[in-house]
Amino acid sequence: MAKQNVKHAQNKKKLSPALLWRQRYLLMMSLPFVIWLIIFKYIPLWGWTMAFQEVKPATFAVPIWERTFVGFENFMNAFKDRLFAQTIINTLGISILQIAVGTIVAILFAVFLNELAFFLGFKKLTQTISYLPHFVSWVIIASLAKNIFNDGGVLDTIFGRNLRLMSTNSPLIWIIIVIIDCWKEMGWNAIIYMSAMAGIDTGLYEAAEMDGANRFRKMWHITLPGIRSTIVVLLIMSIGGALNVGMERQMLLSNATVQDHTMVLSWFSYLRGIGNSDYGLGTALGVFQSVVGVTLLLIANKIAGLISDDKLV
Amino acid sequence: MKHLKKTWFDYFLVLFFVMILIVTLYPFLNVLAISFNDATDTLRNVNFIIPRQFTLYNYNYVFKEGGILMPLLLSIAKTVVGTVVGVISTAMLAYVLSRRDFVFQKLFTIMFVITMYVGGGLIPEYLLIMRTLHLGNNFLVYILPGLLWVYNMILVRSYIDGLPMALQEAAKLDGANDFQIWYIVIMPLCAPVIATIALFYAVGQWNSFMDTYLYAKNLPTLQYKLYEIMSQATMQLDPHSTGTMSKTVTPMAIRMAVTVVATVPIIIVYPFVQKYFVGGMTVGSVKS
Repeated sequence: MAKQNVKHAQNKKKLSPALLWRQRYLLMMSLPFVIWLIIFKYIPLWGWTMAFQEVKPATFAVPIWERTFVGFENFMNAFKDRLFAQTIINTLGISILQIAVGTIVAILFAVFLNELAFFLGFKKLTQTISYLPHFVSWVIIASLAKNIFNDGGVLDTIFGRNLRLMSTNSPLIWIIIVIIDCWKEMGWNAIIYMSAMAGIDTGLYEAAEMDGANRFRKMWHITLPGIRSTIVVLLIMSIGGALNVGMERQMLLSNATVQDHTMVLSWFSYLRGIGNSDYGLGTALGVFQSVVGVTLLLIANKIAGLISDDKLV
Repeated sequence: MKHLKKTWFDYFLVLFFVMILIVTLYPFLNVLAISFNDATDTLRNVNFIIPRQFTLYNYNYVFKEGGILMPLLLSIAKTVVGTVVGVISTAMLAYVLSRRDFVFQKLFTIMFVITMYVGGGLIPEYLLIMRTLHLGNNFLVYILPGLLWVYNMILVRSYIDGLPMALQEAAKLDGANDFQIWYIVIMPLCAPVIATIALFYAVGQWNSFMDTYLYAKNLPTLQYKLYEIMSQATMQLDPHSTGTMSKTVTPMAIRMAVTVVATVPIIIVYPFVQKYFVGGMTVGSVKS
């Protein structure tokens, strides 16, 4: 590959009409997509300016330079919103719970599956079936979950009383959401740990066996340290995304009773920005989410770098 | 690792994974059973995986009166068109960006990769699509905004990078232009990676719900229809059919039948494609 690159580098000439003409097919094959990219990806980025302007439906058509700049007023209004504090608590609460439980469950799943020594067909079957919920949409998952957790659902009939799992206006709904998310993504998230385990030197296990280590010691001293850097990298990334709790999942698993505890930042931004047509405020919330996300990512990365050598960037 | 002697832990693991399988499959079997069960009988107790009073009436109702046919066709249309257009765009762009001699190769690659990490966010995108481009309730809104995924483009590009360069040069000597090289030489060789990304697009399109919710409520897809049913449904009897003798249908039975219709294509497809997905996931993003 390096050889080819060198060859191409030699061929690379200065931008000239003749060169453009020679590469006209390449241009024709890529320009439409670049135009698409600019329209659908870069123009919305420019839309961040709205966070610092007063933009309502009536003033949306006004050219950007004629709109009134309001500085950080949109941000201030967002922070003062009566729902804002609760939204942040919900977002972080669900995120932290999900990162903690999701990571542990996926690692446990991967480590146990790795140890499963019975006939191979069972291992393969388990893995295949564990992916199924990952490929199914959130709407369908919500429909399945309603059967299980709703009043009079499967769990209620098993326990013989109304557990009010999805109709208690409390952080209980966080736990339900995290359980559902774990159920959906457990097998899938384990893949990456499984492939990290496949890279562990089998000689280590043999040496440990010579020294008389039992299986649990091998899991603890070889398997887990062997996937440590994978765990750290995935943790850093999920901490960076701690505020990006998807609106789709929250909306679908919510209902009027528990909405106080399912409202998250992205949904809140939609509600204020599009529901109330306060575009400036909605964009400000989106900007806040992105900026805090990047900050969290950098902090997590720094901390990971301090306590071990595993860093993302 | 081969363990010749089975310990209690091996048996525990089997038990553990049997439990996992039950927990994973039970909700699906439950929905399936309810969808084939008599709606009034279901109200008695929902905890079963074998229909107690088998009936096809729920499906009959959903397709004849439930207005599910149009959303189903729309979902299929969106999946087919989105996948075809997405695959062609992705493959074409990937080829151009694999050509290191192309003048704008570096610039264009960087422009695309940046968008993987920063985005405008919900409100600016919404305003662009609805207010500026007026794509609301237009079929194009299902295709255009998500035309191609940069991640897929990078997957195809790194695949093309791995193909022998000699083939392209030979075609060039035979007088083929760049489009012909892509179409005649590169595309057939890319069949495996094309299959992979086609499935990415197809599953993404079939499962997507927010696009309808935000932009095209008048063009409901199956997923959106299911959402609508869900947000109305409480466990009440249908007011139109209160007669005890006649067949009845409940919102729950309708929801179950629609859930099954929306899930079946995924269940049929995913066991065959999972190895591509797993491969695609572990490859990771390859940067230029």
